Amino acid sequence: MEEKVFQIIAEQLGIDVGEVSLEKNLMDDLGADSLDMVDLVMAFEDQFGVKISDQDLSKIKTVKDVVEAIKQRS
Amino acid sequence: MRNSSKNRICDLLNIQYPILMGGMSWAGTPKLAAAVSNAGGLGIIGAGAMRAEHLKAAIDQIRALTDKPFGVNVILVSPSADELVDLVIQEHVPVVTFGAGNPSKYIERLKEADIKVIPVVASDNMARMMERIGADAVIAEGMESGGHIGEVTTLVLVNAVCRAVSIPVVAAGGIADGKAMAAMFALGAEGIQMGTRFIATKEADTHQNFKNLIVKSNIRDTVVTGATLGHPARVIETRFAKKVKELEVKSLQEAEEILVGSLRKAVVDGNIEEGSFMAGQCVGLIDEIKSVEDVIKDIINEFHSAVANVIQEANKL
Ligand SMILES: Cc1cc2nc3c(=O)[nH]c(=O)nc-3n(C[C@H](O)[C@H](O)[C@H](O)COP(=O)(O)O)c2cc1C
Repeated sequence: MEEKVFQIIAEQLGIDVGEVSLEKNLMDDLGADSLDMVDLVMAFEDQFGVKISDQDLSKIKTVKDVVEAIKQRS
Repeated sequence: MRNSSKNRICDLLNIQYPILMGGMSWAGTPKLAAAVSNAGGLGIIGAGAMRAEHLKAAIDQIRALTDKPFGVNVILVSPSADELVDLVIQEHVPVVTFGAGNPSKYIERLKEADIKVIPVVASDNMARMMERIGADAVIAEGMESGGHIGEVTTLVLVNAVCRAVSIPVVAAGGIADGKAMAAMFALGAEGIQMGTRFIATKEADTHQNFKNLIVKSNIRDTVVTGATLGHPARVIETRFAKKVKELEVKSLQEAEEILVGSLRKAVVDGNIEEGSFMAGQCVGLIDEIKSVEDVIKDIINEFHSAVANVIQEANKL
C-alpha cells in the first residue's frame, strides 16, 4: 500500500517516485500547494476506497500522515 | 418562453438576476454593493483587510442604502478572518463568499445561522470538497480574472466544476457582457460573478484613474505579478507592474515591499506610479463607464439575444 501511495504522490505532483519517502513534508519538501493537497486526497479516496474528511486533510502534513490516515480508515 | 421554475442561484439568494458582484478588497464598497443589489443582482462588500469595526460600519451603511439581500466577502488569509466571521453571524448577513482557500472551520456556525456560504474555487476537486462540507454553491473563478488568481482558464474550470458537483455553480473571470454569460450557462453555470465590469461604473467609489485605465486597456494589457511570491495577481500592465515583475527576478524582498498597500493606492488614490490596478483580461471588452443598472440590464438583454443566436445556429446543424 505504501508503494501505491508513493506512486500516486509522484504522479500527482509530477516528481520522481524516488524523491518520495515517509518523512517528507508534502508541501514544504515535495512542492504541493493547497489545491494539490485536495487533488491528492481525492486520488487516495478513489484508489483505496476510503473517505478522508476535510478535517483529516488539515492534519495531513507528511507522507507518513497519509499512509496512517489510509490505514486507519481501511 | 419563460419557464416558471426558478433559477437556483436566484432562488438560493432571493435575488432577481443571477449576477454577483465579486468581493473586492478596497473596491467593493457599500455604495457599489448597494447599487448592484438594488439593480437586482447580489452586491458584496469586500471585507479585504478590514477589521471587524470597519466591516460593522460598512454593513450599517449598506443597510441604509438597500433593503435587498447582500453579501460579505472574507479572504481567508486575513488575520481578522475569525472576528469578521463572528460579526457576519451577529449581523445576520444573508450571504458570505470566501476568497480562495478552505473555509471549512467556519461553515457549521454559518449554516446554523442560516447564512448562505459560497466559496471561490480554482479546481474541480476543491469544488467537490466544498460541496461535501456543505457549501450552498461555489464560484468557479478562472485565471483571466482580476485580483488573485488560480491556474486554469474560466472556460475549462467552469466546465470541469459543473461536471464535478451538483450544487449550483457561479462562473467568474473574464465575464463583462451577456454573451459571456450565455457561454457560461452553456457549460452548466447557473450564475455569473463580475469584478472588473463593476469597477467601471458610475456608482463605484474607485478612483477615476482606475476606471479610465480599464476603459482604455486592451485584452493583452494585463500581467500577473506576485507569482514568484506565491500570491499571483492579475493587474493592468502599468510601469509599476513592470517594475514589480523585474524585481521579482532580482529581489523578492523588494518586490514584496513595494506591493504592500499597492491595491489601496490604486483604488483609493489612483496612484499610477505606486498602485496595483488589479483587473481582469476583460478590460479589453469594456469601453464605457455605465451605471450599474445599465450594466445589469444590458447583460440580461445580451444574454437573451446570445441564446437566441445559438439556438438559430443549432437549428442549422
Ligand atoms: C480590484 C479587485 C480586487 C479583488 N479582491 C478580491 C477579494 O478581496 N476577495 C476575493 O475573493 N476576490 C477578489 N477579487 C476577484 C473578484 O471577486 C472576481 O472574482 C473577479 O474580479 C472576477 O473576474 P473579472 O474581473 O474578470 O470579472 C478582486 C478583483 C479585483 C478586480
